[in-house]
Amino acid sequence: MDLTELYQSVILDNNRRPRNFRKLPTANRSAAGNNPVCGDEVTVYIQVEDGRIADISFQGAGCAISQASTSVMTQRLKGKTVAEAEALFGRFKEIVTQGTPDEEDLDLSAFAGVHQFPARIKCATLGWHAALNALHGEAVTATTE
Amino acid sequence: MKLPASAPDWAALRADFPILHQLVHRQPLIYLDNGATTQKPRAVIDALVRYYERDNANVHRAIHELSYRATTAYEAARARAAQFINAASPEEIVFTRGTTEGINLVSYVFTPRLKRGDGILLTEMEHHSNLVPWQLLARRTGAQLLFVPVTGDDGLLDLARIDDLLGRNVRLFAFTHISNSLGTVNPVAELCARARRHGAVTVVDAAQSAGHLPLDVQALGCDFLAFSGHKMAGPTGIGVLFGRHELLDALEPFQGGGEMIASVQFEQSTWNKVPHKFEAGTPDIAGAVGLHAAMDYLDGIGRPAIAAHDEELARETFARLGGIPGIRLFGPPGERGGLVSFALAGAHAHDVVTFADQQGIALRGGHHCNQPLLRKLGVPATTRASFYLYNTPEEVDRLIEVIRQAAGFFGR
Repeated sequence: MDLTELYQSVILDNNRRPRNFRKLPTANRSAAGNNPVCGDEVTVYIQVEDGRIADISFQGAGCAISQASTSVMTQRLKGKTVAEAEALFGRFKEIVTQGTPDEEDLDLSAFAGVHQFPARIKCATLGWHAALNALHGEAVTATTE
Repeated sequence: MKLPASAPDWAALRADFPILHQLVHRQPLIYLDNGATTQKPRAVIDALVRYYERDNANVHRAIHELSYRATTAYEAARARAAQFINAASPEEIVFTRGTTEGINLVSYVFTPRLKRGDGILLTEMEHHSNLVPWQLLARRTGAQLLFVPVTGDDGLLDLARIDDLLGRNVRLFAFTHISNSLGTVNPVAELCARARRHGAVTVVDAAQSAGHLPLDVQALGCDFLAFSGHKMAGPTGIGVLFGRHELLDALEPFQGGGEMIASVQFEQSTWNKVPHKFEAGTPDIAGAVGLHAAMDYLDGIGRPAIAAHDEELARETFARLGGIPGIRLFGPPGERGGLVSFALAGAHAHDVVTFADQQGIALRGGHHCNQPLLRKLGVPATTRASFYLYNTPEEVDRLIEVIRQAAGFFGR
């Protein structure tokens, strides 16, 4: 396969210039994600207001897939309820495991190439697991290894 | 040992390795992950097949013909291993699953000999397999772990600190011959001599050196030395622990079971002689036979020639990677083992490895079981190219080209 199928421009761009990459002083939820074997790390900060994600940010270090996926996630989750966030993660998991793009969601669909690299699915889902742990108030560090 | 009449024909040797002749992602395979495991020549594969097709039986216990053949082959491999590293006798060779098990064996049997306040000296460049077993020993005994510092990206040990550290009641000094993440070649003989002056027992991790350099345990002056068959053209699942005879003789066994006993009663047993005392259960007989074939294969080429070949490819790679903007190189610029580790600004090691894999090049990216060292150097992961006798200058050309492309593809 062509490398640009895995590393689509959305991914390369979000890896070079991660969005919402900062600590969030107003956060009332946060959770870490860590894949110790491969070394990917993220911390997701969320400000929840009236059951909605009012603001969200992250910090981290790791491969392009893990960092870009978390960056894209922060853009897509802003304003969502917890239930909507869970549903979106369900769709994202389908995209990265089945390779079925969602034509209405081009940013998430940029990760469809990941399904051809089974070892990298855990990179793509790390930030999402951390975000859902934060929303559910679970203090554990997420891991997808 | 058969000495080569002239310089080996390196390109022709590639024909001995069936696995090399394939396409990966529609590109000719370039295998540069030899630090993790090496490929196997036809001679080793054939030895395994021949053993299983003709001679397979359990060793040492039965009287029938096949058992005699299996036992003879297994003990011939032990004698060959003794010769390979110039041990004083085959009794100083314990077969293990690999380097990791050899180090675990030593760390386990030293438990009754250490007490609170004793020191175990390691270096900051140890593979987890030469770190974690000693952490466990320290936890069991109350002994204290001490570390010889690594000076920086050049990956050298701070030799000026060693006598001071050894003076802190150090009973054991365990260190690697060649660093798997930096390529540093440590001065084993000098380190062993200094340890001996302080009465410390030495344990050498030779995982990265045994298949490349000539080893002479008597000249090195080490007490223990461990290596793995699969990193030197042999099969997985077999390794060697060398131990000086008087030490092996005095130490208690590692695991209990068949093979390691002299006499067994319900309440107690007496131990077999060394090295059998340390080989409980049915060993990896086929693995030993395959390792024997690997040692013959390597010495047919000549280890000094292999070492020079691998180092030359590594030096060339080190020098040419240095010309890529944003690259950070690890390990000494001078003498080095046959591997190069680097980090590219803006490109994580796993992305570089995936990028290279798509071009048919097998590299390794990550912490290389060296987490504390990488943390100290402030780098989360590095990419490593590690060479062996079948790698070529043309493969280095291709590697440099692909790493340049990766730097452009991911770079900021």
